[in-house]
Order: sequence, then C-alpha cells, then structure tokens
Amino acid sequence: MSTVTTADHHDEHHDHKPTGIKRWLFTTNHKDIGSLYLIFALAMFFLGGAMAMVIRLELFQPGLQFVDPQFFNQMTTMHGLIMVFGAVMPAFTGLANWMIPMMIGAPDMALPRMNNWSFWILPFAFLILIISMFLPGGGPDFGWTFYAPLSTTYSNDSTALFVFAVHIMGISSIMGAINVIVTIVNMRAPGMTWMKLPLFVWTWLITAFLLIMVMPVLAGVVTMVLTDKYFATSFFDAAGGGDPVLFQHIFWFFGHPEVYIMILPAFGIVSAIVPTFARKKLFGYASMVYATASIAILSFLVWAHHMFTTGMPVFATLFFMYTTMLIAVPTGVKVFNWVATMWRGAMTFEVPMMFALAFIVLFTIGGLSGVMLAITPADFQYHDTYFVVAHFHYVLVSGAVFSIVAAVYYWLPKWTGHMYDEKLGQLHFWCSLISVNLLFFPMHFVGLAGMPRRIPDYALQFADFNAFVSVGGFLFGLSQLIFLWVVIKCARGGEKAPAKPWEGAEGLEWEVPSPAPYHTFDTPPQVK
Amino acid sequence: MAKTRSWRWSLPALLLAGQAHATGIQFNMTPGVTDISQQVYALHMTIFWICCAIGLVVFTAMFVSIILHRKSRGVTPATFHESTKVEIIWTAIPVLILIVMAIPATRVLIAMEDTSDSDVTVLITGSQWRWHYEYLDYDIDYFSILATPRGQVEGRLPKGDNYLLEVDRPLVIPTGKKVRFLMTSDDVIHSWWVPAFAIKKDTNPGFINEAWTQVNEPGIYRGQCAELCGMDHGFMPIVVIAKEPDDFAKWVEQEEARIAAIREEEQRLLALRMNIEEQMVLGERVYLAHCAACHQPNGTGLPPMFPALKDNYVTTQDRAEHIKVMVDGRPGTSMASFARQLSLRELTSVITYTRNAWGNDTGDVVQAVEVYEYMQGKGE
Ligand SMILES: [Cu+2]
Repeated sequence: MSTVTTADHHDEHHDHKPTGIKRWLFTTNHKDIGSLYLIFALAMFFLGGAMAMVIRLELFQPGLQFVDPQFFNQMTTMHGLIMVFGAVMPAFTGLANWMIPMMIGAPDMALPRMNNWSFWILPFAFLILIISMFLPGGGPDFGWTFYAPLSTTYSNDSTALFVFAVHIMGISSIMGAINVIVTIVNMRAPGMTWMKLPLFVWTWLITAFLLIMVMPVLAGVVTMVLTDKYFATSFFDAAGGGDPVLFQHIFWFFGHPEVYIMILPAFGIVSAIVPTFARKKLFGYASMVYATASIAILSFLVWAHHMFTTGMPVFATLFFMYTTMLIAVPTGVKVFNWVATMWRGAMTFEVPMMFALAFIVLFTIGGLSGVMLAITPADFQYHDTYFVVAHFHYVLVSGAVFSIVAAVYYWLPKWTGHMYDEKLGQLHFWCSLISVNLLFFPMHFVGLAGMPRRIPDYALQFADFNAFVSVGGFLFGLSQLIFLWVVIKCARGGEKAPAKPWEGAEGLEWEVPSPAPYHTFDTPPQVK
Repeated sequence: MAKTRSWRWSLPALLLAGQAHATGIQFNMTPGVTDISQQVYALHMTIFWICCAIGLVVFTAMFVSIILHRKSRGVTPATFHESTKVEIIWTAIPVLILIVMAIPATRVLIAMEDTSDSDVTVLITGSQWRWHYEYLDYDIDYFSILATPRGQVEGRLPKGDNYLLEVDRPLVIPTGKKVRFLMTSDDVIHSWWVPAFAIKKDTNPGFINEAWTQVNEPGIYRGQCAELCGMDHGFMPIVVIAKEPDDFAKWVEQEEARIAAIREEEQRLLALRMNIEEQMVLGERVYLAHCAACHQPNGTGLPPMFPALKDNYVTTQDRAEHIKVMVDGRPGTSMASFARQLSLRELTSVITYTRNAWGNDTGDVVQAVEVYEYMQGKGE
C-alpha cells in the first residue's frame, strides 16, 4: 500500500534508555508502554482464566462441591470484569501503542507522558478490585453488568471499591483513546493520506471515538450506583421515584458500543494478516472503512436488545430488533471481503494466518447466533441462558482473543527480533481451536435446553453437557500455557528475524529493522 | 421435563459413561405447549436454518479457497481488489434476508404482547429467593419455594429426578383459558421463565410487567428464575400445573377452604399456649426451610451480609426487636418480612426456636398472641 522512499537513517546514539525498573516506571516510549500493556493483559488473561477454571470446576457436576454460591457469583463477576477491562481492552491498547506510530510513520504517540500515566494507573485499578475480594463479605458478586438494585441496596460494602476501580479503568481508557486519536490525526507521515491508512489504524481510530463517547457514560452509571448505595439518592429505586430499568438503559448505552470496542481492532488485525498470507491486496479497502464506521454508528442505536425481557413498549422493542438486525449487514460485508481477499490468492498457513482464519469462521458463528438473538420472540427463550454465554464467548474468545493472539504471532518477530517457534505455535493453535469449540459449542445446546446462566448448580438434564464443557474449559486453559511458553521462548532468543519476515507483508512497520529500534521514524518517511 | 415434544437423542453411552440420566438429553429449544410457544419455536428453527445456509455458503467459499489457492500448489496470486458491483450485491442480499426474517418476528411479537381479554389474572411477586402467587379473582395467595432438600445439593442424599426444579406449592392454572400474569418484585430484579410457555419476563421492583399464556395440554411445566438475583439465584425454580377447567375450579375451592382454615386456626391459636417442645420441633423445620440458606443451619450466618443468630443481641436479648424483624424484615437488606409468608404458628415457633437453639438458651417461650399483637399494633 505504501513504500518508504527515503531510507530510515537510524542513529545508534539515539537508542539510549534508562535501565532497570526506572525504565519501565518513567518510560514515555510507545514501544515500552505497548509492552507493559501487553504483559499486563497477559497476566490478567491468566488471572481471569483461573477464575473461569473455578467456575467450570464447580459446574463439572450437579450439586455444590467446591465453592459456595456467593463465591461463585464473585467468580463470574470478576471473570467478566477482568477479561473485559483487564485483558482484552489493555491488549488492544498495547497493540495500538506498539503499532500505530510505526504504521503511520510517527516517532512516538502524540502525548507520551499521558501515555505513561494511562498505563500505570491500570494496575492500581485492578489491585483495588482484587483486594475487594478479601474484605469481609467478599468482592463484587452482582455480575459484571452490576444491575441495580442488586448492586445498590442489596450489595456488600466492597461496592465502593468496585466503583472506584471502574472509574480508574475508565480514565485510563479515555486517556488512551485521546492519545490514539491525536496521534492518528496529527502525526501521519507526509503522504500517508486517510485512505492509505492501514485498516488496523482505521479501526482503532473509530474505536477510540467510541471509547471517548461511552466511557463517561459508564463512569456516570457507576457514580449513580455509588450515590444510590451510600448517599441516599434514588436513581434506580422506585420508592424514591427512580427506576431500576433506567440503570440497564444507561449501562447498555455504554455496554453495546463496548462490545464493538472489543471487536473493531480485531477486524483491523485480521485485515492486516489475511492479505499478507494470501499475498494479495485486501479486497474492498474502502468498503471495509465504511463498514467499520457504520457498525460504530449503529452500535449506539441497538443497546436495548440486551433488555427485551424488561417489559419495554412494543414500539421500542421493534425498533431495537430492526436496528440490531441491520448491524449484521456491515459485519457481513467484512466477512465477505476477507473471503474475497483469500480467493485466488497464494496462501500459506503460518500461525498468525491460522488464528486469523479461525477468527473468521468462529466469529461468523458468533455473529449468526447474534442474528438469532436479535429476533425478539426467540430472544425471550434465549435471553439469560447459556445460549447467550455461547454467543458472546464465540465473539470474544474465538473472536477478540484469537485476533490478539494472531497479532502477537504476527508482530512478535518485529518486537523481539526473533522468529517464534513455528512448531510450538502450530501446536498452540490446534489445541486452542479444538478445545475452544469443546468449551463453547455445547453451551448453545444446553442454553436451548433451558439452562440459565450465572447459576452455581443445575438440574440433572444439563449434567452431560456441563461435564463436557468443563473438560473443554480445562483443555483450553492448559493450551494457553503453550502460548506463554512460545512468547517467553521467542523473547529470549531464536532464529534471527529479518526486517520483513512475512513475504506478503506491506506497511511501514516492516521497513524498520527487527527488533524495531527504540526510536523509529525520527525523520518522517515519505509515503508515495 | 414432562410433556415436551422436544428432540431428544442420547449421546453414545461410551462417551460419558455414568453421566447419562433417565431424563435424556435435550439439544434444542422446546416447542412448548402453547400456540405462542410453538410459533416462537418455528421462528427459531426458521432463523436457525437461514443462518446455517449463510454459514454454509461463506465457509464453503472459504474452504475451497484454502484448498485450491495455496502457495504450495504453485499458484500465482490474482491482483483484483475491489468491485463496487460485488459490494452492492453482498450488501443487498443480506438486507433482503433480514426483511424475510423480520416479518414473522414482528407478527409473533405483537401477538405475545396482547394481554387483553384474559380469564384469570395472577400477580407474581419475586423476592430473594422465592415466588409469591396471588390470584386476583380468588381469595388465594401463597409462596412457592424450592423443595429440593439441602442434602441433595450438598451431595449427602441422592439427587431426585426433578432436582432443583421442584417447589413446595406450584402455581396452578386452567387449560384452554387466557391467563394473564402481572409481575413485580419485593427486592431485586428477578425473571419469571417457563420455557414451555415461551414466557420470560423480568420482575422489576416498584413496577408491574405483563405477560399471558393459554396452555393447551394439562401437565406439569418447570422453569427457573432467569435474572441474577443474588446468592440463591440458582435455587428459585418455578413449577406450573395446568389443570382442566373443572379440576382447576375444584382446586380453587380446596385452596380457598385451606386458607380460611388457616385463618380460623390463627384465631384459635391466640387463646392457646404452645409448649416449648412443640415449638422447637416446628421451629426447626421452619428454620431449615426458610432461614438456613443465609443464616446457616447452625446459626453462624455468613457475616457481614447474613449475620450470625447464635449469640446475637437481638436473638438472645431484645425479644421485641426479634419479633419486629421477623414481621417487618429489615428494609434495605436481604432480610424479608415473613409476616405473609409464614403462618402465625410457624412465625411464633421459629422465633422461639432461634432464641433457644445452638446454645442461645434464653428459655423464652414466645406465644402467638404476642406476635399477633405486634402485627395488629402496627395496623392502627
Ligand atoms: Cu431470582
């Protein structure tokens, strides 16, 4: 898509950096901060995963064997919060930090000091959240969606810490988003016009706008929860003139765009990887950009499809059903474009490509079950069952998480200067692919058969499926240890990576050596 | 589940030996036993097959490409990368498919929301963690609580066929009549779900939702609370018995007589003195059924959410406060009012039991008249 006309004259003496802990605490370097985000996300992924293992252990058999229901509820709540705000979002921010400046030919992010701060407040947010679990009465146990009044009048006292932690996460996200927007708008290299931007940059730009628009809404709703619980307001309490359903409207006005915040950058990653390994230009670049923008706009008009059973007027229900169905159209365009990109290419199947292909298939399955969920009368049967759990895990695990893993394999040679171990990577892929389907596919059946979500114990007819799902869960958890091993191994050594390790890759990030020097593009490249 | 005509297969026994149950495995949504639920099922199957067809087309194209267009076959990549015509086609076709889906969906939805001209109305109130059913056309109301013994949950007893899907008093409705449900809650949001009727509706505290059903076949239909409502969310099942109109009328008669008898008994009780042995036996039974989930069978509670009752100031000293909490509940906490839920006799006994069990040993014997006077005093 773009080529560098002047070689990047790199001065070795520019490569100085502080050493030891100070380097990481005070760094304003986009690559260091990107690494911090990615390492943090990986740690949170394993912590959230460990909680999922507790959930699957308890659900392996009917009856209560290992944990009590209150602790079970804390596990489901913390698993959701940690995976959404601790693993997926920071991982995408880490990728943005590492790649966006290199992709647009900028020397760094536009606001490097704020960049440092937006990362370093994040560990404290999660520390507060995790500490809250050790308070008397335990941590948050009202689900990651914290519906009032379960989270207000009926919650335990860790709620104040939960609210505080969410505020900090929100501030971190907003600052990260501002940085992305300012960088993309102002720091593109000469000749890097809007319609030449890599799709990862485009999708992140749109994601950043979504973040800025909805994170304040989340901050608002947690603050209302705080004042309802501690300061005698009645936003969500009918006795004082409020409405508990109002909570859900505000929460999902944040929550639905949030879903796209977690999937649009994934679209960008897949749009980078598929053309590389198909050795063919991305099909329909412009339509990809427009599709992303229309998904973002539509995402503000569909929030109440999470609330069909709350008893909305028929007119409102119909409106949200139609808009939700409509969002399938631009999403479909994306999938068709990827398949068209592959069509008559010359494909090879290195690990990033394998994860990207798995993404396309499994995300499409998640998308199709999403269309089913949009059909309101059927949703009355699906809502709050394991069918929904299956749907959003297909979209978020074999969707968002697979795309992040694909991105890590794709850019790991650029980050570390070493090729990852292809054999181990393939092993990781096949173990993940098989176990993720063992884990989440039977959830469709058990949900249709009538098993509600968020229950620690269940009726006997659901026992076979749950045993099966738990085994899949343990296998998926174990498979991710292979990933950890591949990443550590690659960081410590391995075959030397060339500047452009992938034959079909295009973009400025491949014009700089591997590993990418501490400072890149001090003089902007000229993009033709 | 009785009487569902869902598709059932059994997984090969080899696969999960020892896990198979007599109830069989259900893979799909139940078609249910009402016209509406069958329409919902048909709608579900229609969209399901459309989604399968879309998936088939997309994945076939993808896998053909993966097999044919690989570098190892020595192909040279094509260079085409855009086509407005193609983009328009694959925007327009999904729109048409969606319109085809939306039409029947809209029709079924509008039918589901029409609660007019009902024959029977039941007010359903959710609370942590029990359902209350009140028949607005008759003098009948009662609570419906999980009937599975704790021993089965904890693995001390073998699990029954309807494990976690059985209640002490099911909701009873007539077949062939339009039954309207009004739904609300005393505390958090619950959701009343019976798959066989395709009804799932949230019960919002302070607001009333509506739903309706008309069941065609007599039978027992089971469901569960579907909205996370706190600790025992997984333990508040729903059982509905649909009876032929004649049987339903008989049931109404019996139920009204039963409730009248309880009231009479209450009046008689006021003059009576119950001894402590009698109260301890009944009190323990009531305690285990209604209190032990939170306050624990040995009275140690789960502090700080659910305080210990053993060595507690209220349960050992402040007798008046003890009665007040049992009758009124503690607003803003999970401690509900038990005034409507327990009979006067049960209420009195459980207070006496709590004041004498687990070493509380106050020796207090509370009498029905004491509790009754507090309840009356409030009314004035
Ligand atoms: Cu409930």
